Amino acid sequence: MLRIKNLVVDHGAIRALHGVSISIEKGQLAAVIGANGAGKTTLLRTLSGLNKASDGSATWGDLNILHSKPESLVRHGISHVSEGKSVIPELTVAENLDLGALWRRNRKEAAQSKREVVELFPRLGERLSQRADSLSGGERQMLAIGRSMMSKPQLLLLDEPSLGLAPLVIEQIFQSIRDLTTAMGLTVLLVEQNAMGALKIADIGIVLNLGSIAASGSAAALRDDPAVRAAYLGF
Amino acid sequence: MFEFVNTLLIGITAGSIYSLMAIAIVLVWRSTRVVNFAAGGIALASTFVGATILETTGSFWIALPVAMLAGAALSAFIEYFFLRPLLHRSGERTQEIFLPIIATLGILGVMKALLHFIYGEKIGVISPPLSDKGFIVSGESIALSPLRLMILGIVLVLMIGLTLIFQRTNLGLSLRAASFAPEISRLSGIRVDLIRTLGWAISGAAGATAGILQTVNGSGSVTPEAFEFSLLLVFGFVAAVIGGIESLIGAVIGGLTLGIILAIILMYVGGSLVFFSAFLILILVLLLRPHGIIGVKGGRRA
Ligand SMILES: Nc1ncnc2c1ncn2[C@@H]1O[C@H](COP(=O)(O)OP(=O)(O)O)[C@@H](O)[C@H]1O
Ligand SMILES: [Mg+2]
Repeated sequence: MLRIKNLVVDHGAIRALHGVSISIEKGQLAAVIGANGAGKTTLLRTLSGLNKASDGSATWGDLNILHSKPESLVRHGISHVSEGKSVIPELTVAENLDLGALWRRNRKEAAQSKREVVELFPRLGERLSQRADSLSGGERQMLAIGRSMMSKPQLLLLDEPSLGLAPLVIEQIFQSIRDLTTAMGLTVLLVEQNAMGALKIADIGIVLNLGSIAASGSAAALRDDPAVRAAYLGF
Repeated sequence: MFEFVNTLLIGITAGSIYSLMAIAIVLVWRSTRVVNFAAGGIALASTFVGATILETTGSFWIALPVAMLAGAALSAFIEYFFLRPLLHRSGERTQEIFLPIIATLGILGVMKALLHFIYGEKIGVISPPLSDKGFIVSGESIALSPLRLMILGIVLVLMIGLTLIFQRTNLGLSLRAASFAPEISRLSGIRVDLIRTLGWAISGAAGATAGILQTVNGSGSVTPEAFEFSLLLVFGFVAAVIGGIESLIGAVIGGLTLGIILAIILMYVGGSLVFFSAFLILILVLLLRPHGIIGVKGGRRA
């Protein structure tokens, strides 16, 4: 389980997170929603080791995840798909996927992961030898998630997978994320501005506002709470 | 016609050596975004190592790989102890962008001074392992000699080896990914710092080979102030820029183009204009094709 306690993160003089505490049980899909600038990206980047925390703690099982490097957290099952279709456009689809499993010693298992990803996203399987910059926005997001799955993660950190995608594609991506979580027994921290879409697939929801938690609870309860709807969901 | 073919042969041989130097520069640029003037010093020091090994073992074929290893080690050392701390500290501020460039210039100066201190007035000799007498074609000696053939062969083997490493191996995939997108690579589990050091090491080996070949193709000897090495560094940079500074294939095309043009100028215009012409080509490329002759704007090539 993921336990975040009083997490404080600064970007120079700007405090982005003011003591955030979040608990997620194993196998849960948690949606962190909030407007642009709320601190969602900062939260994920700190959990994956890209940003430094100023105060607080975060543990995944027995593992203390603050003060670790991203490349070693991956080896402990924590995988972060960063904001904005995080693929490498100059590489082929197959190379982007392979990249996620290069660190794995067991090549047979890595090949097995690749078969699973291609099964999950058949569109990627048809385009393995194409450069990633030839893919559509939705396919790139699939590739980014697929690369992350290549590292056989237990905790998946997803930063706005719906960003810049068409409504129909967003629905597909959200559905894939829900299916993945259940099928693989993943724990997922999904960060989204698309609050309604994220709360529909999530088990629990957390509303982040200007670096602090404004509300949290079961996703269904948050969706139905009139105060939360009016103040943070905008519908 | 005969004279022109000879000029081409001379140009291609010299150009293949510039290509190697350009590859050394491109590899460092791609892996760490550093303009590496120290590449000239690394090539020079490795050539001295090669000369020493040649002196003790008498074998060029032992001296060359040892010099390559020395170049790789030296280059990795410089990255690890000087550039890495500097790059970790430097940010976006303008004055800090110049820090790595000034650092590599400084390292070049220090290396030359050290070589001078160690070797004094002694010169390093790399005697060619093969004859530099041209083959005879229909009664006339042409500019292609066993030595030139060997130089072309070594460069070709290294190019093929590098291409295979970059395109077919996991290390190559890591090297390309880390240079294109360091953050995504780290999130994928690549130890980007280590991969960068390896990129510098491969660059050092390429530079060492360029230094040895430049020496056997020229006077056969080397001093800490060797003008041939200043030329090698400058021509390597020009070749890298012609090729678009991002691409290994570009570096090869840039090196060969430069070698051939300079050989033609040397033959038909005059030796005094060679250096000037190299800079003229550099300026023309920067003005007309800032992304290199094969470069595509915004599109980087693996
Ligand atoms: N690298 C940075 N340097 C300075 N300020 C930053 C940086 N990244 C984010 N911030 C600031 O931190 C706050 C939170 O940003 P972010 O985590 O990107 O929010 P979100 O992902 O929810 O849009 C914002 O005020 C933003 O301007
Ligand atoms: Mg964000």
